[in-house]
Amino acid sequence: LTTRSTATGARAPVPRHTWLRAPALITAAVLGAGVLAACGDDDGTPTLTWYINPDTGGQARIAQECTDEAEGAYRITTSILPNDADGQREQLIRRLSANDTGIDLMSLDPPFVPEFAEAGFLLELPGELQEEVTTDVVESAVTGATWRDEVVAAPFWANTQLLWYRSSVTEAAGLDMEEPVTWDQIIEAAQQEEATIAVQGDRYEGYVVWINALVASAGGQIIEDPEAEPEEIQAGLESEAGTTAARIIRDVTSGGLAGGGVTTADEEAARALFQGDSGGFMVNWPYVWAAFAAGVEGGQLDEAFLDDVGWAVYPQAVEGEEAAPPFGGILLGVGAFTEYPDEALDAMTCIVAPEKQAAYMVSDGNPAAAIEAYEDEEVQETFPMADAILESLQQAQPRPQTPYYGEVSGSLQRTWHPPTALDPDTAPANADDLIGGVIRGEQLL
Amino acid sequence: VSTTTLAPERGRREDKRAQKAKQRHSERARAERRLGWMLAGPAFITMLAVTAYPIAQAVWDSLWSFRLTVPDEREFVGLRNYGVILTDWVWWDAVLTTLLITVVTVAVELVLGFALALVMHKAIKSLRPILRTAILIPYAIITVVSAFAWQFAFAIDSGFINTWFGLEDTDWFGSFGSSIVVICLSEIWKTTPFMSLLLLAGLAQVPEDLQEAAKVDGATWWQRMWKVTIPNMKAAIMVALLFRTLDAFRIFDNVFIMTGGANGTETVSFLAYRQTISRVEIGLGSAVSVLLFLCVVLIAAGFIKGFRVDLSQARGDR
Repeated sequence: LTTRSTATGARAPVPRHTWLRAPALITAAVLGAGVLAACGDDDGTPTLTWYINPDTGGQARIAQECTDEAEGAYRITTSILPNDADGQREQLIRRLSANDTGIDLMSLDPPFVPEFAEAGFLLELPGELQEEVTTDVVESAVTGATWRDEVVAAPFWANTQLLWYRSSVTEAAGLDMEEPVTWDQIIEAAQQEEATIAVQGDRYEGYVVWINALVASAGGQIIEDPEAEPEEIQAGLESEAGTTAARIIRDVTSGGLAGGGVTTADEEAARALFQGDSGGFMVNWPYVWAAFAAGVEGGQLDEAFLDDVGWAVYPQAVEGEEAAPPFGGILLGVGAFTEYPDEALDAMTCIVAPEKQAAYMVSDGNPAAAIEAYEDEEVQETFPMADAILESLQQAQPRPQTPYYGEVSGSLQRTWHPPTALDPDTAPANADDLIGGVIRGEQLL
Repeated sequence: VSTTTLAPERGRREDKRAQKAKQRHSERARAERRLGWMLAGPAFITMLAVTAYPIAQAVWDSLWSFRLTVPDEREFVGLRNYGVILTDWVWWDAVLTTLLITVVTVAVELVLGFALALVMHKAIKSLRPILRTAILIPYAIITVVSAFAWQFAFAIDSGFINTWFGLEDTDWFGSFGSSIVVICLSEIWKTTPFMSLLLLAGLAQVPEDLQEAAKVDGATWWQRMWKVTIPNMKAAIMVALLFRTLDAFRIFDNVFIMTGGANGTETVSFLAYRQTISRVEIGLGSAVSVLLFLCVVLIAAGFIKGFRVDLSQARGDR
């Protein structure tokens, strides 16, 4: 080699040298970056990861605020879960059943709380904390956060559906919206005024929300003893309440009252129908109010539309009997396998503080679970219907609280969909059979 | 006289030579086989690790009643899961839906794909690369993305199909028939290019002299197609059919995105997904997966035995 380099002059080693240097430089750069990254993570501050459902940035802001308030005790970062509740549940279950230590905090859809608690995925809350997070909180949220007489998660925000209506339609139909109205009255008014009733009839969780609200409003319950062993769980749809619920669903959806696309309609499709020319009534979550306002601001909707929109507590299924509106929202759970249980519990109390809930309600449009938040001036200003929401939340009924909620919901979606072809005489019994069979492992879903 | 005496001796000598040649040949064959194993060995081991192991695990899991959220209640149930599945109409419904989608899409794709392959085959040289790229674009799109595109196109609120054809409030995803039509259309649009590429390879294998001979004999285009082209590319057609049938039978994305299994559009792999991933019933879900696997094996075996498809012909050996 030496002879060659001397023979060919000094040119040979030069290209060889640069050749060797490039990988060395890359290696150095990678190592350097690694060291720098490690520096950032390793200053001794525990980092808590909060798995959140997608929102408009409110949870990330709260994470930052609580990080600041912790004054170096811990840091909260957020990690976004899939869009729909089922996807969120699937991801969390997959991780937690593999004992993922990286899940410190999680935003949970209420129906899945019993399943998570029963599987031991949620860190037990100390007694005084159980009391703290459920004091001055709307009733439905407390029920939703409780499993086998223990509070297993902290109510963070609580959702409920309202009945939205167009004043022009109700006035023309002579419907007094100051008093509670029934589904039958709405159907009659809509038929009379050739207006639509926007509901959620797609084969998804939102449809089950509607079914449950109707059954509960009619005084029934989908699962009679949710805490029973799987072999003994009894479904209760084959009852007067179940038949009433099925009849209302059929009456609303058949005959085009709920729009042509009702069998695939979700919340957004319902909102679109309500905003349309034939809009009359709609049951939907309060987020629509912010969406209406944004529509007016963006020029897609008329200012007059916003003035025409009215709201009331959910319609009654049986005249004179208080309605049981849907309950939704988010409960905050602490992962059972967290490396920082004390910090995570502390962060939990910070996140669910009433003033944080009030600010979150204003920024993201999601109603607070804390009663105190509704006294907030800004909340009252942004949500003219705040009192209706609070009233609705106090009488709302959670969906069946069973570790087999997925099976219950799936069975209902299969036996009660499409809503347009629902037979009130057979659908309740069919659903009962399927729910029982599936939970006992005798049938597929 | 000398020749007759010589002949057997020469014959014997030739015999010996042939034997020696045979020995040499078999030694060479052995060496070749060894080399073959050495070359294919790593791939074979990898395949065992990533395919055989998960399949064996699924078969084992399918014999248990096991729910991810109650790991303590894991219980050996033997073949009960299979009994539950095979006596449930949900399974048979999914099988029928899957078969319907498979038969319809593969049949349409074969005809369309063949036409496209002919166009590509006959196109002038300068046009051919552009044509091939254009035809391949749908195949390059991720299935989930194309499923969303088709769903948006046919959606009742934001879709343009209803507006274009003046269909007003037609809810395409509201009933079984129309949902299946859209699912099949999307599937056909997306995978016809694959079919046509495989068929194009077959077309290229048809000897040009046979075509010319037929032409000289006065055969019409149609006669040449049926008597020369298609018989000569039978192997390629069968391989294309086999691949597409296996693919189509495992359809998942389109159904998942467009209907979520509503209105009876659930397919077998979607059923497996829901038992395993949504319900976290690992045992039951594994049993569905094993049955799906058996269906696929049956289809493959049926093709290979029934139509005498020789997979080696796909690479041009004759």
